[in-house]
Amino acid sequence: MKNIKKLIRNIKLGKSVDRTDNSNLRLKNMINIALGQSKMVRRPIAGILHITVYVGFIIINIEVLEIIIDGLFGTHRVLSFLGGFYGFLISSFEVLALLVLLSVIIFWIRRMILRIPRFWNKEMKGFPKNDALYILYFEMILMVLFLVMNATDSSFQQANSGNLISQFIAPWFKNLNPDLLHGIERVAWWLHIIGILIFLNYLYYSKHLHILLAFPNTYYANLNPLGKFNNLQSVTEEVKMMLDPNADPFANPPENTDETENDTMPEKFGAEDIFDLNWVQLMNAYTCTECGRCTSVCPANITGKELSPRAIMMKTRDRVEEVGKNIDKNGKFENDGKSLFDYISHEELWACTTCNACVAECPVDIDPLSIIMSMRQYLVMEKSAASQELNMMMTNIENNAAPWQYNQLDRLNWKDEN
Amino acid sequence: MNVPTMAELAAQGKQPEVLFWVGCAGSFDDRAKKITKAFVKILNKAEVSFAVLGTEEGCTGDPAKRAGNEFLFQMQAMTNIEVLNAYEIKKIVTTCPHCFNTIKNEYPQLGGNYEVMHHTQFLKSLLKEGKIKIEGGTYKGKRITFHDPCYLGRGNGIYEAPRDLIQKLEVELVEMNRSKRNGLCCGAGGAQMFKEPEKGNKDINIERTEEALEVKPEIIATGCPFCNTMMTDGIKNKEKEKDVDVLDIAELIANAEDL
Repeated sequence: MKNIKKLIRNIKLGKSVDRTDNSNLRLKNMINIALGQSKMVRRPIAGILHITVYVGFIIINIEVLEIIIDGLFGTHRVLSFLGGFYGFLISSFEVLALLVLLSVIIFWIRRMILRIPRFWNKEMKGFPKNDALYILYFEMILMVLFLVMNATDSSFQQANSGNLISQFIAPWFKNLNPDLLHGIERVAWWLHIIGILIFLNYLYYSKHLHILLAFPNTYYANLNPLGKFNNLQSVTEEVKMMLDPNADPFANPPENTDETENDTMPEKFGAEDIFDLNWVQLMNAYTCTECGRCTSVCPANITGKELSPRAIMMKTRDRVEEVGKNIDKNGKFENDGKSLFDYISHEELWACTTCNACVAECPVDIDPLSIIMSMRQYLVMEKSAASQELNMMMTNIENNAAPWQYNQLDRLNWKDEN
Repeated sequence: MNVPTMAELAAQGKQPEVLFWVGCAGSFDDRAKKITKAFVKILNKAEVSFAVLGTEEGCTGDPAKRAGNEFLFQMQAMTNIEVLNAYEIKKIVTTCPHCFNTIKNEYPQLGGNYEVMHHTQFLKSLLKEGKIKIEGGTYKGKRITFHDPCYLGRGNGIYEAPRDLIQKLEVELVEMNRSKRNGLCCGAGGAQMFKEPEKGNKDINIERTEEALEVKPEIIATGCPFCNTMMTDGIKNKEKEKDVDVLDIAELIANAEDL
């Protein structure tokens, strides 16, 4: 619980952004994309395996409900009064458990034996790599425990209803004495429930937060056409003033503004640190499950450039976490002399073609491009740190309204050329 | 070639049906100027009432915005919007997906509201209205692949208009491995056109050209002057310029009609 509070606090470090419009479409997107996994199946193999694990995760949790009730009240299979329906339920749980187990094993094989490249990019070293494996092992163990628990439950096996899969496991244990058998059942029961509790607590530290955040993340995602980039309102005001012939360029800032409401510091252009990003961008970072589909379609990454959209999200999250720890320690954020630029390099930012492949690809609607753009804006507008060539292009636009050095008065010359 | 300007028409008290936004590449780049002229020839043939801004047109600001210079972008945008609104422009067609995207999506918030069409959409509507006809002609039976410009395809969801036009040419349209929503960028977007690529092991346009060559096309069709440059460079790099042409859809149609 404490961690969830912290998570919300950290996400709220971002600037406000209004994503409350069009709630019907947002709800529809959330149902299709998060609940219905519609973007997952664009890659059918991984998609279908993922849906298996996802459905298994949700449905087997109904069984966990019984496990918890049994635990609290000392009952044994409290729901078994449902009779034949109970058998049907448990049978389907067992089938799902087996399917989940198989899926997770295939996931592991894809990752570790087939070594699918997107799992082996350079940002996938150390914790990110282990995190993925821990989760897979965890799921394997939980599913095995569930099946063993059912197989060693002799009264359940005798009832012979609902043991569709576990009846084939039960014979392995048949020569054990009943006490030991019961002991194994109890141990499996305990480990299963403890495992789930550990998993829930581990969630916060893991890429696996996506199982929760996928929902708000798809709900609050950008609904505009991908080509449409946001226009900075703060810039609009300044540009309007510059173009207004009646504006006095030497005017003092308007007086008698209430300083508590109206910060007199002009707003920073673009993003230097996570405080300059909006909360949806920060939520994106926490939602990322590091699947790497974005990176596998990024033209810059495909051609060996430093940029990886996944790494942009991971680095943003690392920085938010660092800031969060700073706040935990000091009560409020104490300047640590660092910024998001200590994580994300200029080279990465300038490799992006803004092609939106990463954004279109993300199964949970994360937008790495928006962070890249915010940081470019900071580099150009606050630091004038664009390359010589880009500065040349911009100077040309300023002077002659074209990115190349042609006179604006020659714009129609093509008409008379052959 | 008949290319009226807005200033001329306004002086005669006339208003064209549509403004042709030529764009910087279409105005100045030697290769892209051919696309501009091909499109004008079609407009002339179809007797479309159109005009250009000519010397009153200026960069939409797209490369500045995507390089991070929001100031310069909005300066350009507001200057252009002032001109467009003064001429009471309602409808705009452009041969550049970057201009298309910027005017369509990013100008409204700054006071510029127009119906904006990419030339492939516009040509398709001319075809529907019976103002032009497209037949195979010189291209009949040729193997053509279409490279999706990011700001037309993924950026604005327009995948069918260019393909519908190509198919009207009675050609064999073959899709690359990555196409439509999965299309790979040519490498020019996001102001990359105006800078050297960051270091890596390959240039993006080479990767994309190799992918196009895999389907053994005789023609690579595009709908963007920048994609056209990148693919043309890629084909030169592979020394395939004798076997493979890189052509805009406007050029395909104009050539097929022998305009």
